[in-house]
Amino acid sequence: MTEITPQLVREHGLSPAEYARIVELLGRAPNFVELGIFSVMWSEHCSYKSTRAHLRRLPTRAPWVLQGPGENAGVIDIGDGDVAVFKMESHNHPSFIEPYQGAATGVGGIMRDVFTMGARPVAMMNALRFGAPEHEKMRHLVSGVVAGIGGYGNCMGVPTVGGEVNFHPSYNGNILVNAMCVGLARADRIFKSAAKGAGNPVVYIGSKTGRDGIHGATMASAEFSEDSQEKRPTVQVGDPFTEKLLLEACLELMATDAIVAIQDMGAAGLTSSSAEMASKGGSGIVLDLDRVPQREEKMTAYEMLLSESQERMLAVLKPGREAEAERIFKKWELDFAVIGTTTDTSRFVVRHEGKTVADIPVHALSEEAPVYQRPFEKRAAIAEEPAFDRTKPLIESLVKLIGSPDLCSRRWIWEQYDWSVMADTVQAPGGDAAVVRVHGTNKALAITTDVTPRYCRADPFEGAKQAVAEAWRNLTAAGARPLAITDNLNFGNPEKPDIMGEIASCIDGIAEVCRALDFPVVSGNCSLYNETNGEAILPTPAIGAVGLIVDVRRMATPALKRESDAIILIGETKGHLGQSLYLREIEGKENGGAPVVDLAAERRHGDFVRGLIESGKLDTVHDVSDGGLLVALTEMAMGGGMGARIARGDSADAIPFCFGEDQGRYLFALPATEADRVLREAARAGIPAILLGQTGGDRIAIAGVGEVSIDALKRAHEAWFPGYMSNAELPPTN
Amino acid sequence: MKSAVVVFPASNCDRDAAVALEQLTGKKPAMVWHHDSELPDVDLVVLPGGFAYGDYLRCGAMAAQSPIMRDVKTKAEKGLSVLGICNGFQVLTEAGMLPGVLMRNAELKFVCRPVSLDVEETQSAFTRKYEKGQRVSFPVAHGDGNYTADEATLDRLEGEGRVVFRYAPGDNPNGSARNIAGILSRKRNVLGLMPHPERVCDAALGGTDGRPLFESLVEALS
Repeated sequence: MTEITPQLVREHGLSPAEYARIVELLGRAPNFVELGIFSVMWSEHCSYKSTRAHLRRLPTRAPWVLQGPGENAGVIDIGDGDVAVFKMESHNHPSFIEPYQGAATGVGGIMRDVFTMGARPVAMMNALRFGAPEHEKMRHLVSGVVAGIGGYGNCMGVPTVGGEVNFHPSYNGNILVNAMCVGLARADRIFKSAAKGAGNPVVYIGSKTGRDGIHGATMASAEFSEDSQEKRPTVQVGDPFTEKLLLEACLELMATDAIVAIQDMGAAGLTSSSAEMASKGGSGIVLDLDRVPQREEKMTAYEMLLSESQERMLAVLKPGREAEAERIFKKWELDFAVIGTTTDTSRFVVRHEGKTVADIPVHALSEEAPVYQRPFEKRAAIAEEPAFDRTKPLIESLVKLIGSPDLCSRRWIWEQYDWSVMADTVQAPGGDAAVVRVHGTNKALAITTDVTPRYCRADPFEGAKQAVAEAWRNLTAAGARPLAITDNLNFGNPEKPDIMGEIASCIDGIAEVCRALDFPVVSGNCSLYNETNGEAILPTPAIGAVGLIVDVRRMATPALKRESDAIILIGETKGHLGQSLYLREIEGKENGGAPVVDLAAERRHGDFVRGLIESGKLDTVHDVSDGGLLVALTEMAMGGGMGARIARGDSADAIPFCFGEDQGRYLFALPATEADRVLREAARAGIPAILLGQTGGDRIAIAGVGEVSIDALKRAHEAWFPGYMSNAELPPTN
Repeated sequence: MKSAVVVFPASNCDRDAAVALEQLTGKKPAMVWHHDSELPDVDLVVLPGGFAYGDYLRCGAMAAQSPIMRDVKTKAEKGLSVLGICNGFQVLTEAGMLPGVLMRNAELKFVCRPVSLDVEETQSAFTRKYEKGQRVSFPVAHGDGNYTADEATLDRLEGEGRVVFRYAPGDNPNGSARNIAGILSRKRNVLGLMPHPERVCDAALGGTDGRPLFESLVEALS
């Protein structure tokens, strides 16, 4: 028997106080297997011990929310008995160490979370943050992550329909890979993970268990240092073919009524799935590891319990239904084994080679997991007014901006994803939101992911508000009714009070918008300890959001569609340059305060725009975000291959007017004959609206300033990514 | 016209093909499992896109050896119409039902985007409703679509009018020899093509250029 020394406890990521608590809960010292079980179940990744107390502040309810946080994914009602099931999850640490497999298994994991609930995945999104483009590892990381996402998602036959990508040096040692999956199911066919009742068979389905990914959850709960590459063996290897079989087999089993509960084996594998199911069901569980399908010989109990081999599920069946389930899994040529049973003892018991190797009260692993009120310091938000050179030539700045790493075309990425499989993608990548039709209907889901980490660094509260508001705005711009969000909270080390302050403020910001816009959180994930050698990433609370388009024939896209349309700007433009991309790319400064979101105005403006789209009067809309008004207009023009002529507005200061990142704004285009009436309606509703100009021609022309051809803008927009990925020499970023 | 769609374990365009077939033929196709050894009585078999058995080996290599493919091959030799789309095209070449091979894309990356195609031949059950030389747009979505064969085979394909779809000049997404996107068998009853006509049968998805292909089959085989 391995002796439990303080050194061994430390290596398992447990503090002396946590170890003392384990001894107290067990009434004795744990053995080595039990220590391993506690180490993963009490890890930050599985227990949310630093954030749990704060996450309670997030609004999670609405009449359309059928399942909030706490299950494998959230569930919302989209009418007619249909539901959307979704969640976003990070796979940051593994993706930095081994980008292809890290990203691929991130995609596989989030898909399992969704089909575990009984839903067929219909869309994938991903929110990616990379370090400085010139960093020596970054090309390798970008190409590996993108290939991994494509390699897995394409084989699964689930379209990857959009996402976001940023570059910033704070991610040099800690890239972020957040993947979101959206599925569709029927409201009366939702499956949950509570293993209720005693004497029910516990079945193992999917791939065999190997020695891969042992302690992945523990790795994800610690900072990186120089030697993090040594952790490469803890990264799992994905097998999308097996996952595709698992998906089809699970959906086939779910069409029967044989299942009591089902849960995927994700982080902390067999241990976490079985303990969580028992905990939620208020039951106990006995596992016999000799029956676990194994890929390698002589695996120990410790290895089997902590393995994170992919493409595995655990289900609790009704007694007597094993043969029926086994037939389905044999058809799909997957492993199937009854490996245990539920009990009424409320204990988590594991047997191996005839011996009991672990015997722990279930509550000790779940409810008794530590919850910390970590000390935090809220930093004062930066509020300075940044200085800038008012004489910089505006058109040149526009061309630079539209071709900069954070604003250039992401075509190089999304062309590697199959975004049109399933034949329901009605808005492809590149717009404000992706739109996927509900198969066989005229309804559609609009999906987006958003956060602007540089705002969150300057002002965690306003930055997090902006992330949720922008997600709401993006769905609205497509004509969707925003319904709910999933949050993927990526931060540094929560044991540092200033990082904990960022976490607390960001959660407060998210909560405020959720309340104001009836936009609850239904699922989420926290990824902490995103630090290398003590340097934390920018606070990155990524928001994934889903909305409903009632009639897909009435939706909007950003691309300009007709000559001589009136271009109208909704929302107030003060010219907020703090933390703007203009400052960063043109002035080389990252300073100033984050823009503030006025939630009452946000709602008013959005409801007005959505009303116009739903009434069939408006089909061309773009939200104004990164890069400001002129960048938004340029994106609309490039999308439609059509120019626009605008006045500078009544602002005397062209640079802040064109590039300021004020919130709550939309640009839209509609036939000129409608313009007056729409402006009058806006005025009546108290909504700032100005006639900015009109569509037509082959260039963007700004009265009294200058003009540039759409071709030149497109060239700049399309050049950066392929150039960056193919060239040993970096194209200039400004 | 009666049709069937073969379902390999990781086929993933089987539903898309079935939806297009039902929409354009008015009848649901039979879905045939790869383990089955006999096709139902149909006029057309579709081998859909996807990853068959995972395609960790050469794409389509294992699927070409599956029980159902023996019957597909036998019946195709007797004149049954077979349409292989994307992975289905790869299976057809691996099964020796079409000449040549589909190698890794020249840029070594998966590519998904609409491409412009020229319809080169209208003397086939698959393309009679197109105009000769018509430019159409279908999406591609593949990592291994780089059509390659020896010069003599390519010359023969061209000479016998068996190159049915060609990528428009400048729009070859994968490096295929002579911009070849789709070819016919010698008896002209088997078509393999990399682009996806079944994804452009619905205006909401950005085009209906794929419809004439299925309409051609309905006219020719009904």
